[in-house]
Amino acid sequence: MSVAAPVVAPNVADARRETNRRFSGGLLTTLTWLLAIGFFFPVAWMALTAFKQENQAASDPPTWFFTPTLDQFRAVLEGGSMVYVGNSVIATGVSTVLVLLLGVPAAYALSIRPVKKVSDVLFFFISTKMLPVVAVIVPIYVIAGQLKVLDNIWTLVILYTAMNLPIAVWMMRSFFIEVPGEVLEAASIDGAGLMRTMRSVLLPMVAPGIAATALICVIFAWNEFFFALNLTASQAATVPVLIVSTMTSEGLFLARLCAAALLASLPVILAGWIAQKQLVRGLSMGAIK
Amino acid sequence: MSTSTVDRLEGKRRDARSEASARPISRAEGWRRRGPLLPALIFTVIVTQLPFLLTIWYSLHSRNLLRPESDLFVGLRNYLDIARDSTFRQTALNSVVITLGCVLVAMILGIVLALLLDRPFFGRSVARTMLITPFLVMPVATSVLWSIALLNPTYGLFNWVLGVFGLEAVDWTSTYPLIAILMALVWQWTPFMMLLVLAGLQAQPKDVLEAASVDGAGTWLTFRLITLPHLRRYIELGVLLGIIYVVNTFDQIYLMTAGGPGTASANLPFYIYQRAFLGFDIGQAAAMGVVVVIATIIVASAALRLIFRSFEVKE
Repeated sequence: MSVAAPVVAPNVADARRETNRRFSGGLLTTLTWLLAIGFFFPVAWMALTAFKQENQAASDPPTWFFTPTLDQFRAVLEGGSMVYVGNSVIATGVSTVLVLLLGVPAAYALSIRPVKKVSDVLFFFISTKMLPVVAVIVPIYVIAGQLKVLDNIWTLVILYTAMNLPIAVWMMRSFFIEVPGEVLEAASIDGAGLMRTMRSVLLPMVAPGIAATALICVIFAWNEFFFALNLTASQAATVPVLIVSTMTSEGLFLARLCAAALLASLPVILAGWIAQKQLVRGLSMGAIK
Repeated sequence: MSTSTVDRLEGKRRDARSEASARPISRAEGWRRRGPLLPALIFTVIVTQLPFLLTIWYSLHSRNLLRPESDLFVGLRNYLDIARDSTFRQTALNSVVITLGCVLVAMILGIVLALLLDRPFFGRSVARTMLITPFLVMPVATSVLWSIALLNPTYGLFNWVLGVFGLEAVDWTSTYPLIAILMALVWQWTPFMMLLVLAGLQAQPKDVLEAASVDGAGTWLTFRLITLPHLRRYIELGVLLGIIYVVNTFDQIYLMTAGGPGTASANLPFYIYQRAFLGFDIGQAAAMGVVVVIATIIVASAALRLIFRSFEVKE
């Protein structure tokens, strides 16, 4: 690019480089937008299909222009789907609260007033995430059957808590570690007890971290399918199970399926859009700020 | 995280160590410190480790859920059966292909997208928001979307596009099941890699980049000599976390191909699921689970060393 520079007068060279830069910049921007649209397109297509009538949804060639209808959404919401939504809300909400209740103190004990062998404990937590779920599903199924808690939403609550707890411990710890030690010392010199320091100094400082942790737990629990498929039937089934049963029983109703899939994905999509920054940190278990 | 932060953290770790050894913690203080940790630790041990011990126990038995009275101790016979099971070998290979294929392609695409997003242009945050969306869609919905709306042989959008270019329609999920699954998985995981790499790019120390440009280093040279080495930790972490998550892939396979045709696109999680919940063969399924865990431990211990080395396990 800059090979010709010494021959040409500097201002001309600068101008040419500037034009070059702008041109390649424009090209890169166009490329970026094309890729962004390409990646987003399947989601947009799902949303578009959800507003179609069934014959428009499964047409060849595809229907691009049509009068949007809310029929599919109505059908999804009327078909007894509220039971599934309720189960998903309980499984996601309660497990997230439990994760925070167990995980925040644990992260505290691994950072601010650390126990011995912190890295061993951290190693243990993360290693449970590497245990393939299929390796434990058989005994969990058998035990749940013997305890008569198959198809029981609280079974999912406990499993989702265990599933998210290691992530939460790692993530919360990364937030606790950022709290400067001087602040806590100052609080204790001022005579604040442990609980008081926790409540009025520490927790407000890590509140954004707690919110980010909760977001990640909500995403994973809301989308979880494997446990829900194998451990629930009619009483405790969650939203992903509803979509699958819609798919198998009414496979030809593409528009309705898209409406259900869109509604099911919407809470997490919106939460993720709003909390993009926290998303990175959560996905890397706190390793990346 | 920039290198300087890492150095600082390591410094802090050293300080904490020497401090701890200088002032031994009293017994009561030790328990006060352990107190907040114990509920989470005990809960995790009970819910994740006890079932696994039972898995080992079951794997030594011949047990079928349909015939509860048939529980027999058979020693290592289940393991010998697995060693002879060609389907197990094939699904293990599929697991490797799916996991590595998805993680590598997604990482390359993720790096490209992150580099494109790391420059100022009009509407950048909108483009980024669009690009992360595939990761946020419920995996079950993703499977429905790909197998029916996009890849369906008669009204799927992909075949319509192929038709526009004069190509023949392809029944993706039965002709190229692994490729169909990989398409859906790569689409879902690319944003994840992109976000991690983008965070790495934005943590690059600006003064180093400026110095490089003052010294007359071109774009490519700067990228190869400064940016890429800086990104290494982030790429390693992305690949590692990607493997941990993708190796457990179940939803897409269950919904898009059901492991078929035959077992052409089944991975280990799906095969074990089939043996346990469709074949009700608890002993075999458990033994396969144990084998998977042993394989995972080998890969994971290398992986964990990597996490601990390159990222802040600060004490």
